[in-house]
Amino acid sequence: MDTLPKQVKIVEVGPRDGLQNEKNIVSTPVKIKLIDMLSEAGLSVIEATSFVSPKWVPQMADHAEVLKGIQKFPGITYPVLTPNLKGFEAAVAAGAKEVSIFGAASELFTKKNINCSIEESFQRFDAILKAAQSANISVRGYVSCVLGCPYEGKISPAKVAEVTKKLYSMGCYEISLGDTIGVGTPGIMKDMLSAVMQEVPPAALAVHCHDTYGQALANTLMALQMGVSVVDSSVAGLGGCPYAQGASGNLATEDLVYMLEGLGIHTGVNLQKLLEAGNFICQALNRKTSSKVAQATCKL
Amino acid sequence: MGNVPSAVKHCLSYQQLLREHLWIGDSVAGALDPAQETSQLSGLPEFVKIVEVGPRDGLQNEKVIVPTDIKIEFINQLSQTGLSVIEVTSFVSSRWVPQVAAGATEISVFGAASESFSKKNINCSIEESMGKFEEVVKSARHMNIPARGYVSCALGCPYEGIITPQKVTEVSKRLYSMGCYEISLGDTIGVGTPGSMKRMLESVMKEIPLGALAVHCHDTYGQALANILTALQMGINVVDSAVSGLGGCPYAKGASGNVATEDLIYMLNGLGLNTGVNLYKVMEAGDFICKAVNKTTNSKVAQASFNA
Repeated sequence: MDTLPKQVKIVEVGPRDGLQNEKNIVSTPVKIKLIDMLSEAGLSVIEATSFVSPKWVPQMADHAEVLKGIQKFPGITYPVLTPNLKGFEAAVAAGAKEVSIFGAASELFTKKNINCSIEESFQRFDAILKAAQSANISVRGYVSCVLGCPYEGKISPAKVAEVTKKLYSMGCYEISLGDTIGVGTPGIMKDMLSAVMQEVPPAALAVHCHDTYGQALANTLMALQMGVSVVDSSVAGLGGCPYAQGASGNLATEDLVYMLEGLGIHTGVNLQKLLEAGNFICQALNRKTSSKVAQATCKL
Repeated sequence: MGNVPSAVKHCLSYQQLLREHLWIGDSVAGALDPAQETSQLSGLPEFVKIVEVGPRDGLQNEKVIVPTDIKIEFINQLSQTGLSVIEVTSFVSSRWVPQVAAGATEISVFGAASESFSKKNINCSIEESMGKFEEVVKSARHMNIPARGYVSCALGCPYEGIITPQKVTEVSKRLYSMGCYEISLGDTIGVGTPGSMKRMLESVMKEIPLGALAVHCHDTYGQALANILTALQMGINVVDSAVSGLGGCPYAKGASGNVATEDLIYMLNGLGLNTGVNLYKVMEAGDFICKAVNKTTNSKVAQASFNA
């Protein structure tokens, strides 16, 4: 454990990636309260919502109200997803100071997800990045399918490196590498990161592991051993997997914090308050938590 | 040390479950998930032996009592998967002789690295328990019956909290020197994290050869696979697990227990490590037992693969 980072920045994606993939939709006040509770829990980055058409993602239809309604604590950033220029403009109008854009390391996935090729997607992103630069707004890039694709299967580390490098050179300050369907295992994580780190500095990288096959924490540990110090996770492990019915989705923030604390790595997160936030949203969604730490501590 | 023939461990439970079934199976190549590459991390063992504790540790900690014929069918299904060790043992007591007479081919003794746990669990101090185990293990060895030693609370105790690596080493060494061929180090309440796993193993490995060690991680706080990965990185090549992650945790109501064998195999396959176990057959056995005891699986691989 000698090469582990001394501190890890956790990017909380529950209110966006989590809620977006839940069957039940929660009201705007509930979303706002969740985000406020997460702020109180000490998380420094909380992805608040997605400025995407309600036609596609009804769960995020109230994006402007949510962004306007949350308490904006100093020292905490609240990025929002913006799939295109229109969404970006709406986000800025609603007060966004940071946005996220989603690329993929798979042509088929890009085609099915946003109906264009990887190259065409870069052109769309370029428009957003240029506008963001003028408006002094930071942009976080995501790369989906870094350890496997539901349509293409294996994804080569070289392809992931290529897409990551492109997003970084276009102006994304950080690139989150997502194991979108959770198929990855630690060896494959290592191979992928080895390739990417030859093109992009480790400090600009994050990992976003899904727990569909129970591998998320082991994969995250491997990433930390490789020098990554930013990890995405979702309170209560919110969000199922749209590609495997009944499967789980995100890595639970509580379980991640538990491991990091055990390793003596600083996160700034108050686990007790985080558990409260998780408990709150699970009750609102009428579902059980996917966090093992929450299950173990809950006396019900 | 530690060349034990692959065998199903027999047991005489108090319900007198007995099946004479010495199984020496062919190695079934682990079925690789089609999306995985065989990428090997350097420094990892090439072969990992999985000790399946579902029928014992798993079912013992489930609320439902499983009928004998279901148990037998479950074990039979597991025997077809390529698993070389399937534990069905009950506790060793002074009444172990009838178990041997009934055909037991291996026994287990359960020590603990915590005095409080030892007292509460088996009503004697660690020292007293070692005395008892010594008698049992020595007699078993005279009859050519191997003994596996377990050390509970290796990474933490529900009563004492922190457990020092030195204490774990001391207890492990006692069990090993009295003749246990393998020592399974158990994170009984699943509180361990990769750092504490590493420190504990570093200490134990100074006294006991790597080949005689196993880890038994509980997934109560979701840390099991990360802890197992750490153990593998240190050279450990024997891992205990339970199909479907059977068995809750008696110390944290509602919490999960054992790490699921399916999820473990998935990781090992992905790492390019040989296990000899067929993941799909294990999943079938897991599906069978979950339906039989009317519970949802704790295995994420199973959840992802069997449509809800």
